[in-house]
Amino acid sequence: MWVIESFAEDRVNAEGVFYNYYVFDRPGDPSWVILKAPIPERFPSFPSLAAELPAINWQEREIQDWFGLEAVGHPNPRRVALHDNWPDVHPLRKSFPLDTVLPPFEGERHVYRPTYGEGVFQIPVGPVHAGIIEPGHFNFAVPGEPILYLQLRMFYTHKGTEKLFESLPIHRAVFLAESISGDSAFSHGAAFCQAVEHAAEFEVPQRAKFMRTVLLELERIANHVADVGAIANDVGFVIANAHAGRVRELVLGLNETLTGSRALRGMVAIGGVRRDWQQDQVEAIDKALRVVEREFRDLLGIIQSSDSTRDRLEHTGVLRPDKALTLGIVGAAGRASGVDRDIRRDHPYEAYSQLSFKVPIYQAGDVRHRMQVRIDEVGESIQMIRAAVALLPEGPHRAPTQPIPPGRCAMSAVEGWRGEIVHWVRTGAGNRIERCKVKDPSINNWPAIVEAVEGNIIADFPVINKSFNLSYSGTDR
Amino acid sequence: MFKILQKSFSVGSATADYPRVSPRLAEQFRGCPEFDFQAWSDARPAAEACPTGAIALRDSEGMRQVIVDYGRCIYCGECEAACTDGAVRMTRKFELAATDRRDLVLTAEYTLRPDGTHAGLQLAANGPVLEEPGKRIAEAIQNLLGRSLSIRQVDAGSCNGCEQEIVALNNPVHDIDRFGIHFVASPRHADMLLVTGPVTRNMELALRKTWTATPDPKVVVAVGACGISGGIFGANYASMGGVDAVIPVDVYIPGCPPRPEALLHGILLALGKIRQ
Repeated sequence: MWVIESFAEDRVNAEGVFYNYYVFDRPGDPSWVILKAPIPERFPSFPSLAAELPAINWQEREIQDWFGLEAVGHPNPRRVALHDNWPDVHPLRKSFPLDTVLPPFEGERHVYRPTYGEGVFQIPVGPVHAGIIEPGHFNFAVPGEPILYLQLRMFYTHKGTEKLFESLPIHRAVFLAESISGDSAFSHGAAFCQAVEHAAEFEVPQRAKFMRTVLLELERIANHVADVGAIANDVGFVIANAHAGRVRELVLGLNETLTGSRALRGMVAIGGVRRDWQQDQVEAIDKALRVVEREFRDLLGIIQSSDSTRDRLEHTGVLRPDKALTLGIVGAAGRASGVDRDIRRDHPYEAYSQLSFKVPIYQAGDVRHRMQVRIDEVGESIQMIRAAVALLPEGPHRAPTQPIPPGRCAMSAVEGWRGEIVHWVRTGAGNRIERCKVKDPSINNWPAIVEAVEGNIIADFPVINKSFNLSYSGTDR
Repeated sequence: MFKILQKSFSVGSATADYPRVSPRLAEQFRGCPEFDFQAWSDARPAAEACPTGAIALRDSEGMRQVIVDYGRCIYCGECEAACTDGAVRMTRKFELAATDRRDLVLTAEYTLRPDGTHAGLQLAANGPVLEEPGKRIAEAIQNLLGRSLSIRQVDAGSCNGCEQEIVALNNPVHDIDRFGIHFVASPRHADMLLVTGPVTRNMELALRKTWTATPDPKVVVAVGACGISGGIFGANYASMGGVDAVIPVDVYIPGCPPRPEALLHGILLALGKIRQ
């Protein structure tokens, strides 16, 4: 039994209670198990499960911060989502208005744990980093070169997304979902639309399901190709990254042909997709993929020809399978450490039940194998897209828009390129969302980085971090 | 080694020669919407459909103001799809960077009819005074060898969409290095801050500090709908809105995200500004 997520909901106005939700996944069972526990307003606390289920350590602390419900017995009850300099507010309570203007922040943002030992010193990095990456703070304790202990401070890019969902009409909320994590715009958009479609019991046309599947896999290919290049780049193999950048452009060009946007934005819609494909667009898919396949194979040949690159990637940043299992690590990072899970196979959505594909699983858990999972998945994705195009049904691309019935709850999960994206919604009156809980795979996987860097030299941190390539915005929302 | 050289020779140059040559855009590419203000009789469906409030209506005393803000637009095309009288049309225009925030806003005034439609364009829509790319950029490039430009990129709260396209500026296709422009690791080495948004409450201090650490003369470029106006996030308890709510901005680059050529256009526009 896996724990997928835990989150809360403020139903004080409607039912006089808060609810905590725990979502579980049983191997071999395509349905989800969702436990729902009421928490009375007068006793705003719940027993923490984080000691038994480390996978929800951060998520329980989020519930504390967002809702002011105390996780009693939590092994590390410090704030995670709100920085320490925030006043005592709980933004996801219904009584907290979205446009609240908080006073200027005062005091320490975060107190890092001191580290002791001969020659141990701390290296603070961020939130503004040296590269073009998102903001977050890393505090390394190092006795010389190897990393002894890494502390993270995330949520720098928190922009009130889940609260904002509660005030937008649903047709606008789709675009907000696309802006949760910009490299996964389509996956998050699709996860949100699916959740609403489940809640409202809307039927999505078959053609739209296949089109969505193609676009989900294109998002995976574009990001995996970029990551393979970036991993090589971070160990100094710049020319491989140059070729990867070129291959990625080919995919983005195809994205633009198919959706009007390189980032696949503005395409997914409640009930299907916004624009249909003409025959020449469909033909462009195979044409582009043939070039992508050939160029990616050549890129891999170049990377594999470099012994020094392999030497830097093997046995670097190892996440042991038992740790990955306990921490609930998901996606490509999990599969490189023996976690045999893939939402596409285990909980098929869109057209995935009609496609066959292999899920690559490795046990080594090092940077080399996190890269290998991506390489294997690019190959699988190309085959899946070809199969989906061959099966592409005729018919409408979008069901007629209807009003969304209020008071319905539903969950959906999408295997994004990084791992499982989960959206849970409760619909409200007037075509609005009462609550939207967003779980990006990154929130599961940050603890894996802390684990994987231990004992590695600090110069290898960038490549280890890149091999997980987590979304700060998806984490922080 | 031989393999690497062989591949490089067989690929040749991958670089697109923008801005000398117009980029190859897909026929389906969505740039900014254009508005036929003369023919527009009902802006309500488009305003209702717009996810970011880039099309806003202000009705008072028998008059209607229609305000179009390219600084909020995410090029989704919903206005075109919703518009019933064909007055909104998506184009493939993407070179929208402007040095004045007001140049990204169009305002039109109409007489309001009892049925909610409008007529009789009273005030011609002003702008956008989009900066002529050709001349200014050619000028900037001519002067380029005189000095190179160092950019420090700051993500002040973005979804990482803009960063994806900024990273693409460094790939061989867009190859920003050919202009003598490069990204640097420290604001102390930078001439330009390329800032994405919305600026979150948690990044406000870091952005101010980065700005202070950048030596003068410096230029600040706000990237994307969120960097310009807060975009779909706007201002809320956790978001301050656009970059210019925190530090002064010299150039605005619309888009969601702006494609690499649009970023290049804005950066080169800013380069002209440094030279002035």
